[in-house]
Amino acid sequence: MCLGIPGRIVELAEGPPPMGVVDFDGVRRQVCLAYTPEARPGDYVIVHVGFAISRVDEEEAVRTLAVIRAIPGGMDEVSG
Amino acid sequence: MKYLDEYRDPDLARRLVAEIRAVVTRPWSVMEVCGGQTHTIVRQGIDELIPVRMIHGPGCPVCVTPLEMVDRALEIAARPEVVFTSYGDMLRVPGTTADLLALKARGADVRVVYSPLESVRLAREHPDRQVVFFAVGFETTAPANAMAVLRGAEEGLANFSVLVSHVLVPPAMTAILDSSGNEVQAFLAAGHVCAVMGWTEYEPLAERYRVPIVVTGFEPLDLLEGVLMAVRQLEEGRFEVENQYARAVRRGGNPTALQTIRRVFRVSDRAWRGIGVIPRSGLELTAEFAAFDAAARFGVADVTAREHPACIAGEILRGTRLPTDCVAYGTLCTPRHPLGAPMVSAEGTCAAFHNAGRAAFHNAGALGPGTQRSQGGPR
Repeated sequence: MCLGIPGRIVELAEGPPPMGVVDFDGVRRQVCLAYTPEARPGDYVIVHVGFAISRVDEEEAVRTLAVIRAIPGGMDEVSG
Repeated sequence: MKYLDEYRDPDLARRLVAEIRAVVTRPWSVMEVCGGQTHTIVRQGIDELIPVRMIHGPGCPVCVTPLEMVDRALEIAARPEVVFTSYGDMLRVPGTTADLLALKARGADVRVVYSPLESVRLAREHPDRQVVFFAVGFETTAPANAMAVLRGAEEGLANFSVLVSHVLVPPAMTAILDSSGNEVQAFLAAGHVCAVMGWTEYEPLAERYRVPIVVTGFEPLDLLEGVLMAVRQLEEGRFEVENQYARAVRRGGNPTALQTIRRVFRVSDRAWRGIGVIPRSGLELTAEFAAFDAAARFGVADVTAREHPACIAGEILRGTRLPTDCVAYGTLCTPRHPLGAPMVSAEGTCAAFHNAGRAAFHNAGALGPGTQRSQGGPR
C-alpha cells in the first residue's frame, strides 16, 4: 500500500474534498487532491491510495538526472 | 512513462554501480527502510551488483501489523451488520485461525477499497450497515486515512468507524539503532514517508547515532544514487540527512497533509508484529474523533494472539536474518500459503525473495548451509 506512483492531473473536480482525474500512462483514476492545493492540470503528482501526497518538482527531476549523467563510465568498469 | 522510465535507464545505472565500486573501500552495511525499495533492490538484483551489504528494513505496513490486530479485524468482520473494508494487501495476512479472505469466502462482507474515501461512500450509501475501515500503514497512508475520518465526521456518518493500526518510521529506526546486535551503518529513508513528513525528525537521529540518512526514491537509479550518497558520507566520516528524492520531497514535508494528520491522530505506543511494543511509535485517534474507533465500538480492544512457532518474521523485520535462513521459507511458507506477514505483502521481504526466485539455503543442496546474509564485501 506504500507504493506511490507519479501521474499527470487531467482535470480538477469540485469537493469536498477536492478531487481530480489523474492519468497514469493511459489509465485514469479519481484522486483526492486536498493535499496538493497548488497542483494544476498538467502537473505530475505522486499518488498513494487515491491521494496525491506530493507535486513532482520538474526542475529537481531534471537536476537529479543531470547529476547522474555527469558520472563517467559505463559497461567496461562494471563487467570487470 | 514520465518520471519512471528515465529513472530506470540501464546505462546510467551502470555508471552509478561503477561509481559506488570506485568510492567504497570497506564493506559498509546500509539499510533500506521501505519494503517498496526492498522489492526494487531484490527484483533488479541491485544488492548483488554493488560491494555494499544491503540490510532489508521493517518498512512494510502489512508485515508489522500485529497478529492481535488482524484477529480484531476478523472478529469485527465476522459480525453480520458489518461491511469490513481494507486495502487489498491486508486480506491474506494470516490471523490466528483465518484471514480476511477466508472469512469473506464463508460469507462475511469484506471489501477491498483502493482509497479509504470509498469506505466513506459505502457508509453514506448503506446507512443500515456498520462500515469499518482497517486504517493501517506508515506515514504514507496517514493523510488518506485521516481524511476518511474527517469526512465521516463532517458528513455525520454514525455508521462509519476505523480500526487503527498506524505505525511511524523514525521510532523503528531508533529501535534498530538501539538494539545490541545492530549492524546498520547508514539508512536509505523511505521517500514517500518523507514526502508527507519531511525529514526534520531524522536530523537529531543522524547526529545522535552518527549515522548517515539519505531520503531516497523507489526507482533503480534513485536507489543506486541513494546508496552512493550514503557510502560517500561513510567514507568521508560524515553523518548528515541528505535528500536524493528532491523531485518529490521537501524538508518540511507536506504541510497541508500534516495539519489534517495532527488533527485526527495523536502519537501513541504501538505493538509491531515480531518486534513488540515501541514507545511513541504509532498513531491513535485524538479525543475529537474517538467516537470513530472501531476497536471500542465493537469491544475487541482486549483480543490477544500468538504467532506460528516456525515463523521468524520478527528477525526478518529487524534485518538480523534473511528469508533464506528460515526453515519454513519456500516449503511450509509460500505466497499462496503464507505463515507470516512478510510472505503475504507485495512489500514484504520474504515475498520479494520468493518472487525473485531466491532459493533457501537449506533447499539449495550443494550451496547450503548459508551464511547470515546473502552478500558481503567487495568481490
